[in-house]
Amino acid sequence: MNTGSDYQAVMARQNRIMRDSVGIDYAQYALGALAFDYERLLSDTGYELDMARDIQSRTAVGDTPLVELHNLTAVVRTLARPGRGARIFVKDEAANPSGSFKDRRASISVHEAKRRGFAGVAAATSGNYGAAVASQAAKAGLRCIIVQEAVDSRGVAQPEIAEKTRACEAYGAEVIRLSVGPELFYMFLRVLEETGYFNASLYTPYSIVGIETLGYELALQTTERAGRLPDVVVTTHAGGGNVTGTARGLLKAGSHATCMVAASVDLQGLHMASDHDFNRKSFTTGHTGFSIPFTTWPDRADVPRNAARPLRYIDRFVTVTQGEVFYVTQALAELEGLERGPAGNTSLAAAFVIARELDQQQTVVVQETEYTGAGKHPLAQLNLARELGIEVCRGDPRLGKPGSSIVIPAHPEQLAVVDVDLEQLRRSYLRNALDTLAPGTALTTDDVRFLAEDTRSSTGHVQEMIDDNR
Amino acid sequence: MSERVAAGTLVEIHAVVLAPGERAPQVPEDTRGLPLEMRVKGVLVGEANVGAQAEIRTATGRHLQGTLVDSAPAYTHTFGPGIAELTPIGAELREILRRRGHSR
Repeated sequence: MNTGSDYQAVMARQNRIMRDSVGIDYAQYALGALAFDYERLLSDTGYELDMARDIQSRTAVGDTPLVELHNLTAVVRTLARPGRGARIFVKDEAANPSGSFKDRRASISVHEAKRRGFAGVAAATSGNYGAAVASQAAKAGLRCIIVQEAVDSRGVAQPEIAEKTRACEAYGAEVIRLSVGPELFYMFLRVLEETGYFNASLYTPYSIVGIETLGYELALQTTERAGRLPDVVVTTHAGGGNVTGTARGLLKAGSHATCMVAASVDLQGLHMASDHDFNRKSFTTGHTGFSIPFTTWPDRADVPRNAARPLRYIDRFVTVTQGEVFYVTQALAELEGLERGPAGNTSLAAAFVIARELDQQQTVVVQETEYTGAGKHPLAQLNLARELGIEVCRGDPRLGKPGSSIVIPAHPEQLAVVDVDLEQLRRSYLRNALDTLAPGTALTTDDVRFLAEDTRSSTGHVQEMIDDNR
Repeated sequence: MSERVAAGTLVEIHAVVLAPGERAPQVPEDTRGLPLEMRVKGVLVGEANVGAQAEIRTATGRHLQGTLVDSAPAYTHTFGPGIAELTPIGAELREILRRRGHSR
């Protein structure tokens, strides 16, 4: 029955490969045509917050410093109206063993793989998560395969991904580097089927439980430092796990009034599966090419039901430009002595703008940093952009056009955020959800309730959107 | 004449995973005509020439076959030259703070 390695044949075996490699029977959580028991999926992992913290502490994951960015806050206050300009803090997640918050996600997945007796773990990722899984696997004595989308058809590697290849290999992992295309997932399925390894997907409940500790820690640390729970937490938003896990952790710390802001780099106009566009993106994550599709349909992930469900938790969704993130990355290094990012600084660019709107006693917490290095740096990205004919200049960042020009602000006054309309995203989510149903499928009351929870709206509003859609 | 590589050397192989006609239906127009290619590093199992078929043993112990493209593959990613558009940002911000009376 395990026959055929062509695309269609492998994809037809997807459900079985997934079930065997994640060890979760997702079907048992179904409550209707669309509904599933999200909270039970997470609680059935058995990893309560304290247990996750304990597991992470054994590999030096978590308990990262919360750093107040006094000098950036001072700059914000020169731009703000009197009395405005919130204190900006950053959670220095680069202090984790492999240099990013992704260690939190990987630690619980690898712990689970070890507990279940898997010989190895595999993940399909071109980002920091690969290094995190490789690092955790090394510590646990498990073998590790990382499948990356890494090079274009000319053989030119995205510099940031080249650095991730090196990091994964440094931790002893096998790295499969692919050219551009959505068949990364197909190749990943082949690897899982052949090796019988654990699927350390970014989107399992283990991954989300691992991030809850981040939200929890930052609520406690902010209270200790500022005497109040964070007013605003800004997360760099791509696949949705970061915002979901952080928000859940904040809630577990009793931080119910915190405004959760998701921030993405605007890469509108560039196709995510295009060989031509691949290296014209100066950001490999934290951008709208992931965040918009994953927010409007989380179950496009590499597991049947995604445990990252951002619309449940986002209070505000903003975009910033590539030029703004490069600007703030330089500012963070030169004013705060922290060379971090660049992609992880997407949330910092947004925080810089949002802090301006708030009162001075309020706090804005940027919930991650990531390590930087060769390839994974504004210089590497801007040099590659120039080689590909992309214009790099100073000026109004809104005039930049992804793939054609990157405009780095000439003055901090020019940094801004663009709000993404959450109501439009809810409607788009609803359309995508309804599109997955076979014609004539009737929705149950459980389905409508689930859709309301998943879009953080009322059942009445969901019904209204469904009627509009028809 | 192509380079002969000894067994046991760390090398990189290249293979076509999916030919242009075999790709996923959702692949965009500009990419559909290209093969899905794979590159993996490992230890060369038997002596082989660069450009010829070869077998490697990967870090996880898997045996993979493909075209031998590189012996002792290098990490060449770097920073490149400084970017003039980034260089002045720190000084500009310090000047803004200085004018506002911050001791910078």
